[in-house]
Amino acid sequence: MKVSDIVKLLKLKVIGGEEGLDNEVCGGYTSDLLSDVMGNADEGQVWITLQTHRNVMAVASLKEVAAVIIVKGLEAEENTINQSNDEGIPLLSTDLEAFELSGQLYKILNP
Amino acid sequence: MNQFKADLHMHTVLSPCGSLEMNPSVIVDEALKQGLDIIGITDHNTTKQCKVVFELGKEKGLVVICGAEVTTKEEVHCLTFFENFEKLEKFESYLDNYLPDVPNDTEMFGHQVWVNREEEIVGEESRLLISGIDQSIEEVEAKVRSLGGLFIPAHVDKGRFSLYSQLGFMPFDLKPDAIGLSANVKDEFLANHKELENYTLLRSSDAHQPDLIGSHYSIFEMEHRTFEEIRMALHQTNGRRVCRTV
Repeated sequence: MKVSDIVKLLKLKVIGGEEGLDNEVCGGYTSDLLSDVMGNADEGQVWITLQTHRNVMAVASLKEVAAVIIVKGLEAEENTINQSNDEGIPLLSTDLEAFELSGQLYKILNP
Repeated sequence: MNQFKADLHMHTVLSPCGSLEMNPSVIVDEALKQGLDIIGITDHNTTKQCKVVFELGKEKGLVVICGAEVTTKEEVHCLTFFENFEKLEKFESYLDNYLPDVPNDTEMFGHQVWVNREEEIVGEESRLLISGIDQSIEEVEAKVRSLGGLFIPAHVDKGRFSLYSQLGFMPFDLKPDAIGLSANVKDEFLANHKELENYTLLRSSDAHQPDLIGSHYSIFEMEHRTFEEIRMALHQTNGRRVCRTV
């Protein structure tokens, strides 16, 4: 499954990094501690978080995640969006909370 | 140059987690008993108890620098300090403006009260002071800079509420005046964070109860106990420096 498929199925808003929409998705990881994500997220996962700081995209790039989804309709900082574009890693947004979104993503990836 | 013993991170009765015994006179007396020359008052997201501690300290020969331990939007704890009460009050209204409207659960956290020098309650904060304010770490830093204050990420080695736990690594454009370490910082942590060699590292008690005041401290080498001298020591300029931490 590609990031673009998840965007459609979960009705996500693409706010940056469009060139990565063809990235393959192999799972998900939900966490707001960037130190935890650095230690535990895997390549190709979609990372779900409420953090909007620019460091999110740096960690996303380091871990080579497929995409980042910011929950609760929170607005990402401008330099976070810029870095998403620079890195080509999609930055996506939803009004859902992390619990609901994680549940829906889990169902899609584990039918 | 003179050496001054400084403990720049402690809480008063006003912090939800601060012991009821942490009233201004107990703090000043205990600090003097521990041989401290300078203390920093850093309650969570508020500066309202600073002035009374400052005044009592002044009478008894203890220099008190005033500020707050701010919880940023990312839940990073940062120490902030200001040179005078005019600037401190401006920062207080900034905090007041961005503290979310989450009520304090007094059964869980106790009453967030501030007191006068006679230990009589003069006010109570109804919103929970340990919430994150609606400002990013960069926005807090910029506000502190605009007021000529000091900005010091607190206990960066801790697994929660620290710059590294919340943000993974030092944000590229952050320019802290110094870096705060926790009481229990491990050598391994410092070995893994070589970027910290560029900063003055501070240790302090983070005391929430009187018997911990001065349990950890930093020795400042400078001429006088003034705000500007402290700034110089943190930036290691004009021969001032922090020469030892315990």
